Amino acid sequence: MSEEYSLEIVNPEKSFLSKDDVTEVVVPAFEGEIGILKDHISIISFLKPGIIKIFSKSGEDSYYVNDGIIEFKNNNLSILTSLILNLKHIDKEKILEIKKSAEEELSKSEISDQEKYLLDQKIEVLKSIN
Amino acid sequence: MASLDDLKKRISSVKSTQKITKAMKMVAAAKLRRAQESAEKGRPYSEKMNNIILNLSNGISDIENAPKLLSGTGEDKVHLCVVMTSDRGLCGGFNTNIIKKAKIFFQKILGDGKTLKIITVGSKGYDQLKRVYGDNIIERISFKDSKNVNYFDADKVGKIVIEKFEKKEFDVCTIFYNQFKNVITQIPQEQQIIPLNTSEKAENSSEDNYEFEPEEDEILSNLLPKNISTQIFKAMLENSASEQGSRMSAMDNATRNAGEMVDKLTIEYNRSRQAAITKELIEIISGAESL
Repeated sequence: MSEEYSLEIVNPEKSFLSKDDVTEVVVPAFEGEIGILKDHISIISFLKPGIIKIFSKSGEDSYYVNDGIIEFKNNNLSILTSLILNLKHIDKEKILEIKKSAEEELSKSEISDQEKYLLDQKIEVLKSIN
Repeated sequence: MASLDDLKKRISSVKSTQKITKAMKMVAAAKLRRAQESAEKGRPYSEKMNNIILNLSNGISDIENAPKLLSGTGEDKVHLCVVMTSDRGLCGGFNTNIIKKAKIFFQKILGDGKTLKIITVGSKGYDQLKRVYGDNIIERISFKDSKNVNYFDADKVGKIVIEKFEKKEFDVCTIFYNQFKNVITQIPQEQQIIPLNTSEKAENSSEDNYEFEPEEDEILSNLLPKNISTQIFKAMLENSASEQGSRMSAMDNATRNAGEMVDKLTIEYNRSRQAAITKELIEIISGAESL
């Protein structure tokens, strides 16, 4: 029995990635990482900044995402995100830029606890990439 | 009748205008292809987003406590209209059509005794609205500097709208933009984005029981602001494709008209040249006869 399902990642500009031979995807969901295998129950969740790991027949890939929503249904996983970067050929300067703007945002006083949490998370992840 | 020299000057000026309009048409055609592509590529995102939200809102248990962005404030007094136009002119009826549509809506709202607030996106819309509705415009945004439509610009507009909503500055928000159908046809649209219209059924919305993590309400309250930005982004993409399409057909017409004008002027020029020669001949002949 095959253990593969299909994955589609879209960002506002285009369909970023589409794969049919995914065996496992690990996403940084809001309440902790979730690994999704075939025949997972239908789920909707949203993402915090972090790393998506994709395991497929053709190898393993990692991507950084800023935010996003995932929907898994009938062995189709859709990930909607506003910003996604491939860790393999990443632009160091771009990472620094995102980190800097996150830190600026954090230094503002009128942000909510949830935003603060997300920004902290973002900076943490970006640090670990560099 | 204009002198020969004047005609000559006019012909050459019309010809150079024709060159400009022809070049603009070419540029618009090239840009149109790109804009159309990105409009098509952007569709999956907004469609998926819409679907998830519809699925979510169908599953929501407690309508009373649903996020305000979905259910509205319960009132209908203050309307916010986001009018999206281009930053450049010379694109036929593109901007005028949006403004016309928007003005009809404005009159209806003001006629009902409601309060109207306007945000203009794109400088042309502001120019056309400021005379009549100058006092209603609370914000004007222009993306003259960004070359292509990008999500972050849309997000900026979205954040402004949401911020104002949270401050309870308006109850209903409607956006105006042109939907791209083809090069000749662009349909001005009004779309209500707050509160969200969820009456339409989600496609393939089965009785699926989704697992939500975290709770539905929390996902929704996170998702809805994003959806606003997405809808605005979609409108911006459609708008940019429409703008280029509209400019292309307008410039095509202008080029053709200039061609006709050159033909007419050339005939006139030839006629008056002929007349001048004839006149000169008559003068010479009658001069010779009198000798």
